[in-house]
Amino acid sequence: MGQEIVAVTGNEAVANALRQVNPDVSAAYPITPATDIMQRFTSFVSNGLVKTEMILVESEHSAMSACIGASAAGGRVMTATSSQGLALMWEILFIASGSRLPIVMALVNRALSAPLNIHGDHSDGMGARDCGWIQLWSENAQEAYDNTIQAFRIAEHLDIRLPAMTCMDGFIISHSIERMEYLDDEAVKNFAGEFKTTNPLLDIEHPVSYGPLILPDYYMEFRRAHADVMSKVTKVVLDTAKDFEKISGRKYGLFETYRLEDAEIAFVILNSAAGTSKDVIDEFRNKGIKAGLLKPRLYRPFPYEEVGEALKHLKAVCVLDRADAFGASYGPLFTDIAASLYPYKERPILINKIYGLGGRDYLPEHAELVLNELAETAKTGKVKTFKEYIGVRE
Amino acid sequence: MATPLSLKELSRKEVLLTAGHRMCSGCGAPTVVKMVLLASEYPIIAANATGCLEVSTCISEYTAWKIPWIHNAFENAAATISGVETMYRSLKKQGKLSKEIKFIAFGGDGGTYDIGFQSLSGAMERGHDMIYICYDNGAYMNTGIQRSSATPFGADTTTCPAGSVIPGKLQQRKDLTKIMAAHGIPYAAQASPSSWSDLMKKVRKALEIKGPKFMNIIAPCNRGWRSRTDDSILLSRLAVETCYWPLYEIENGVTRVTVKPKEKKPLVDFLKPQGRFKHMFAPENEWMLKAAQAEVNKNWERLLKEEAFTASLETPKE
Ligand SMILES: Cc1ncc(C[n+]2csc(CCOP(=O)(O)OP(=O)(O)O)c2C)c(N)n1
Ligand code: SF4
Ligand SMILES: [Mg+2]
Repeated sequence: MGQEIVAVTGNEAVANALRQVNPDVSAAYPITPATDIMQRFTSFVSNGLVKTEMILVESEHSAMSACIGASAAGGRVMTATSSQGLALMWEILFIASGSRLPIVMALVNRALSAPLNIHGDHSDGMGARDCGWIQLWSENAQEAYDNTIQAFRIAEHLDIRLPAMTCMDGFIISHSIERMEYLDDEAVKNFAGEFKTTNPLLDIEHPVSYGPLILPDYYMEFRRAHADVMSKVTKVVLDTAKDFEKISGRKYGLFETYRLEDAEIAFVILNSAAGTSKDVIDEFRNKGIKAGLLKPRLYRPFPYEEVGEALKHLKAVCVLDRADAFGASYGPLFTDIAASLYPYKERPILINKIYGLGGRDYLPEHAELVLNELAETAKTGKVKTFKEYIGVRE
Repeated sequence: MATPLSLKELSRKEVLLTAGHRMCSGCGAPTVVKMVLLASEYPIIAANATGCLEVSTCISEYTAWKIPWIHNAFENAAATISGVETMYRSLKKQGKLSKEIKFIAFGGDGGTYDIGFQSLSGAMERGHDMIYICYDNGAYMNTGIQRSSATPFGADTTTCPAGSVIPGKLQQRKDLTKIMAAHGIPYAAQASPSSWSDLMKKVRKALEIKGPKFMNIIAPCNRGWRSRTDDSILLSRLAVETCYWPLYEIENGVTRVTVKPKEKKPLVDFLKPQGRFKHMFAPENEWMLKAAQAEVNKNWERLLKEEAFTASLETPKE
């Protein structure tokens, strides 16, 4: 199990994962903070370290469009983007998933305009959560690296064939140096395996048509088939994680739980802020307060049943959203958690905090405030407020 | 060098866009596509922008295409085929493929001049080995005859209807063929299905040239032009004979008019049979006919000058 211990940024880790997986084609367009991934990757291309043919397109819309063409042609394809870039791709994201093309995209999460902001929050990924792609979220550079490698296996699995995006927090992870472990090139190459084509355009002896018009007589069956295939993803994700553990020693599931089994109160939180939260949970545990955490990894398709089972025994849960859903009552993660718990008669009280927008720091004192509030709510059954912004000027 | 066309050979070739598609009878677009595919001596993979051609030729669970074909969205046929072509190059370089395959994107004027313009410009600049073919019917026909930047001056469309205050489209067309040539691509050409051998020769020639190529082909639409269903070829011929749609090519910067009308017909010969120009023949709109003719004259004279000028630039062959 050859592993090299390194100190690298999240972007560097992802770029190296992409080098090791060695896609046939990549189309990409620069945008902060994802640019750095493609800069590093194109230097691998220029120096002959990968076989990848680059398409340096004139927009993210064309990046995703070219990825679709390349993927339908029959080969391994990837791209990377953030924020406005993902927003510009939005129309085409649905075409990638509806056409069942296993494109992998590194999404470095960043806030959306206006006002213009280049820093980390989850508005971009949340805006694309229901476009039929698989989403894997990552706490740190190691997880971003591991998820990127696994994403290819998952997306390309013959039972599903769906595009997948891996998410990590812009700047907080993409540009901070952390200790992590690289697998050796050969191990990743074998893990990713050879790309298997299904109905490639380039098979001119067997011409296929991609992208038909489908009228009301059959459209709904296609959408249902997509929904059915989404339901097979969890198994593939778990099987892939098992194989990945064999080469890395690192365990992955649909989500991570931290001191949750005997907890009475808990956070549900995505990505980098989970790390800070875990530290504060330890402090509260030392004070005798039974706090825990659940951090989703597979966010789409969302494993509602498994998440519901993991949270149902709690007294009070705070879902922290690093994106708001304007006009809806709650943040996007909150509504998923609420839906997971809805089937249970006995279920925790749920509250929602919006934090960290546009790169605003999530500090230990924020986590402390929330845990104190949860402890109080668990004791009294009384809710101060169901949804509020934290770490914001009033 | 492209093989010369032979009717005997062409008549034996399989038609790769089958009958039974659902374009209107008399539509110019499928005729154009058939001619293009028939001209090719290579296997073709095509991308198609959303529009009449696309929605009518591949309605689940049927397809009229006997070649590999992909429709992605409205504005991205060029980017899409650039992805297909790049995967081809990647796999070929890796030794996983050896066959010679050619790549063509088809788009309507809306999907090419307007919403797909950026994607097209990008693909041409990147130098993909592909031909982009615009079938120009002069409006967004699929959504019900709305104005595009290819709509001719004066035309009555559903978004620039000829009314009592505004008499149809007040702007001249965008000259896309020239704009594409200005990208410095090795080959850009205009063609018409009325001159089938000129059209097919241009396709054959383009297929032999490495790099990005652009062809703009007029494709009459009887629904939008308000013309008789059996007048497609006649109208595309009148477009050429009036010099409204000159047939020319720009190869490595050298312009050549490939078909010169024996006698330049007045533009009204092309306008008259089309209902979309009817209001221009009202006495108060006489200025419109004059303006339309003046624009055609200006463009035609300029084209002839360009032909003479660029010929003088041509480096003499050894
Ligand atoms: C992004 C987007 N905007 C608008 C449309 C609606 N739309 C579909 S086809 C079309 C017009 C196509 O016009 P053109 O490219 O000229 O082809 P034609 O139908 O005339 O052959 C429009 C406006 C769309 N499909 N996608
Ligand atoms: S509306 Fe016009 S372009 Fe569309 S299929 Fe009919 S004739 Fe052809
Ligand atoms: Mg049109």
